[in-house]
Order: sequence, then C-alpha cells, then structure tokens
Amino acid sequence: MADTILVIVEQREGKLNRVSWETVAAGQALATQTGWTLEAAVVGAGIGTLAAEVAAKKVAKVFAIESPRLDPYTPDAFAYALKDFLAKHTAKVVLLPHTYQVRDFVPKLATALETTAIPDVIACRYDSGKLLFTRQMFQGKFVADVSFAGSGPYFVTLQNGSFRADAVEVGASAAPVETVNIEIPDGVVRNHPQEVFKEAKQAVDLTQAEIIVSVGRGIKEQKNIDLAKQLAAALGGELAASRPICDNGWLPMDRQIGSSGQTVAPKLYLALGISGAIQHIVGMKGARSIVAINKDSEAPIFEISDYAVVGNLFDIVPPLIEEVKKAKG
Amino acid sequence: MKILVCMKQVPQKDAPLKLNDAGTWIREDVSYEVNEPDAFALEEALRQKEKHTGEVVVITAGPARATQVLREALAKGADRAIHLEDDSFVGLDAYNTARAIAAAVKDEKFDLIFTGLQSDDYGFAQTGVILAELLGLPHATIIMQIEKNDDGIRVKRELEAGFFQFVDVPLPAVLTIQSGINKLRYATLIGIKQAKNKPMRKVTLAEVQGAMGTNLQKIEKLYIPQKSKNTEFLEGAPAEVAKKLADKLKNELRVI
Repeated sequence: MADTILVIVEQREGKLNRVSWETVAAGQALATQTGWTLEAAVVGAGIGTLAAEVAAKKVAKVFAIESPRLDPYTPDAFAYALKDFLAKHTAKVVLLPHTYQVRDFVPKLATALETTAIPDVIACRYDSGKLLFTRQMFQGKFVADVSFAGSGPYFVTLQNGSFRADAVEVGASAAPVETVNIEIPDGVVRNHPQEVFKEAKQAVDLTQAEIIVSVGRGIKEQKNIDLAKQLAAALGGELAASRPICDNGWLPMDRQIGSSGQTVAPKLYLALGISGAIQHIVGMKGARSIVAINKDSEAPIFEISDYAVVGNLFDIVPPLIEEVKKAKG
Repeated sequence: MKILVCMKQVPQKDAPLKLNDAGTWIREDVSYEVNEPDAFALEEALRQKEKHTGEVVVITAGPARATQVLREALAKGADRAIHLEDDSFVGLDAYNTARAIAAAVKDEKFDLIFTGLQSDDYGFAQTGVILAELLGLPHATIIMQIEKNDDGIRVKRELEAGFFQFVDVPLPAVLTIQSGINKLRYATLIGIKQAKNKPMRKVTLAEVQGAMGTNLQKIEKLYIPQKSKNTEFLEGAPAEVAKKLADKLKNELRVI
C-alpha cells in the first residue's frame, strides 16, 4: 500500500490562513514526487464548511476532526484529538504550517507518538527513496538538509511564504469528506484560554507603507535612531525595526517587523544594521526591493538583498541622506 | 515557588561561523554566549522568586565551556546549577535534549519550568514543549507576562500579528519565554563573588543515557544558503557608496 501524506490546515474564526494553502501546495508537490496519497484534515468544532472548501482541491480525502472541546484551541485538546486520529489513520508524513499555534502543540503530539517534528522547513524533496527537508539554522546563516529516523509519522512544519498558495491545484471533482468525532474526556484539557485580543490600536499600519527604513541591533544606541528617522523622512517613508529594538523600548512595538510583528511588502525595504534572523525575514521578504547596510559581510540579510553595502552605517547614512535630498531636487 | 530554568550556550550573534570539514556542523572554535530568550527566562524566574520567595535552579546540557552560562546565572541570583556535561549534548535533537533534562531532574519537584522560546543555533522551538509532555505537565508557549493567583498562574501568550491571549494554567507547568518579557539585570560584583560558593551539580552522559534514545532526525548536510537574488554589492568610500546607492534608488528601483 502506498504511504499517505497528511496536511493539517489551520483555521481561525472559520477561515483558513494563507500559509495553510501554502502547506496544501507543498503536500501536492510532495505527493507528485513520491507517488503517495495526499489527504487533508481540519481540526475544530463546527468545521464542515472549511472541510468542504479544502475538498475542492486536489486531495484524495478530507477529514473533519470534530469535538466541542477543540474550540477554543488548547494544546492538550489538539494533541489528544490528533493522537487519537493518527492511531486509526496512519500517515507517513504530516505537514503543517509553522504558525505559533502549531509550534504550541506539535512537539507535544510528536512526543506522545514517540516521534519528532522538523520545524520551520523551507523546501522538501524526495531523493532516491529518502525524504529531505531543508531548514534554516544559526539564524539563517546556514541551511541544513535534514532527514528522519524511525518509523514516523514524520511531522514537518512549513515556514510562511516558502511555498506558493496560488499553486494549489483544484481537484477534478470534490474529494470525499469524512467527519471524525473525537471524544475528549474530562480532565484532558488543563489550560483555560481567554479571548484573543489586540493591544491598544496600532498607531501605524506599516503594511500600507511604500518605503520602509528599518533598524536593527547595528544601530547600537537609542539616540542613533534619529539618524534612521532622518533617512526615512528624506525618502518619504516609514520607520520600522527588528524585534530587539522594540524589546529595548527604543521604538514602540507597533513598528516591529517580523513573525511577532507586522508583515510588510513595500516597494523599498531599507535595512540598517539588521542581520536578518529568520523571524525578521518572514515579515519582509515580500518587499519588491531590499537594500541592506550591514558591517558583517556574511549577514543573512544580504542573501535576499538587491543592493548591499558592507560597511559602517554611521559612515554611510549621513551622506546618503544628503544624496537622497539632492536626488529629490 | 521553585523554578527550573533551562539555558543554552550558543555562538555569539555576530561571531563569524565556518563549516566543519564534513559539512555537518560549524567549527566550534568560536565565541559563545547565552541564548538570548534563555536570559529573559532566567530574569523572569528571578523576578518571580523575589515576589513569591522560593528557589531558582538553572540547568544546561553542553560541553565544559557551557559552565560559563551557569556561572553567569548564579552571579545574577540563581541559587544552584546543574550541568549535563558532555560534548555529545551539542548534537542532540530536541527530543533527546528534553529526555536528558527530564532524567537529570527526575527527583525534584518544580512548580515552574522555564525555557527560552527557541535557540539561536538549531531554532527548534521544541525542547520546552517536549519536556512538558515527558513530565506530564501542562504548558504554554511564547509567554510575555506571568501572574500567580490562587489556582495557578495567568500567563499572557503572544500570538501572531500583534494579537495576545491570557491563559490560566494550573501548576506545576512548563512555560517558554519570549524575549522582551522584562528588562535584564546585570550581575553585581557581590553576586559574582557569591556565585563561587553556590552548588553546581555535574551530571555525566552515563547518568542519563538510559533515558535517551537515538536521534530521530539527522542533519545530512549543513551549507551556506544559495542566493535567491542577484545581489549587487556597492563598494567604495562612504560618500561614494552613498552616491551610488541614491542613484540606484532613483534610476533602478525608482522609489525617489
């Protein structure tokens, strides 16, 4: 019997997120390479409509894994339900989007099944009978091809933006949907989550900015932020930052770009003293053009830059401000 | 509250890293520092102890050099340290690291166990959650705030895109701590002096090996990422580079 690839999509408030579709696309690509069967699962309470939405895509089958105790999300309920499900429906590979929710329950689920998860994967391939998953390490300075040992199921979580959501193939006809009701006993769920909320309304919506000047650790001191501000003003752009700058309180949290902050796609992203850790890159790699100034010639930010300057930003930015002003006339 | 903080030593952020000859790991002759989120986890443990009294224990799994992380933690105020000392701990996957830690602390009863949310080297973001499962404890990840109440704790979880959520968690529990949850303290001179007399328990690989298995995942090859873009490096004196860059912004990228 052929092996099965299972994609578990993620829903919030009745909607699938984009990275879930990217994960379906990755599953379809891997199914083509291996010749294995692709199935999908939606997990939650009252998710029949979402399961039908996924069933329109090119998949062999969709499971709606249902329990009232799956809403709201808790790691205990999700791990319990999926362990129960996988005991009856074996899969060789389980693909999930690398979201904060998945990070919260997948290591627990994998451990309960005495297997493991390769997280934050950016590419996968099937090479002479061996599955290889590529992931970034050392904050993006290196990438690694990683393989699984043991009998699986092999859990793999995929980095946001690594596969194309618009590459998802539609099925010739709708795939069958099977509802799997899971009985989650009393006492399994130990955490009590409250409502999801947003801190005070965001003052700036960086997603709409055409030009963003962003600062990282290389700015060294709070008083130097002003230099970046002047450059942003000269370019007519917005000022943003990587996480450490906001952690230090040098700029407000609503100016943070990255997995825990805003995701942006401006015409120009000018990175000053930003090394380009994965968590930052996922928030800005969609920019149409990227310019980076960094003193470390091996900074990962250069990997995705159109124009790169290796040097001291404090030497380069002041004349750059003047040149920009001149160019603007 | 009795709190365990799991800490890791990782290569310094701006240390130039080189591949080993086999292309499976980095050359280890670089400078190391404490993994940043772990430093925030330690700080949070010290603050909780100051508020509620108790004990802070720090643990690391790594070669002899990793003692430095524990010494710094003791100097900042941790009460005692456990060092799982062996060169081979560097190459463990998250599953086995968690199993080694679980085995090393099996006779202790902690109210809380903290880890940083992920490490700057492997970046698994898994060890804390796996540890919770192995110990049969509830967990919560990416924590930005911890308040103790009568039934346990209320924590603030960070979600994506600026969203947050409060979660009530019974004790004992495992939490993975996000950078920026607090402001880090520096070790004082007196703290550094006192650290020398604080207990540091060494645990050998042999003592915990029975609880461990083979690695479930393997790095086949480590390499420098292929460029996805044709990066043009602008060179010259600062004034010259500034001029070239302004020209690109105007005539190539057309943003000014």
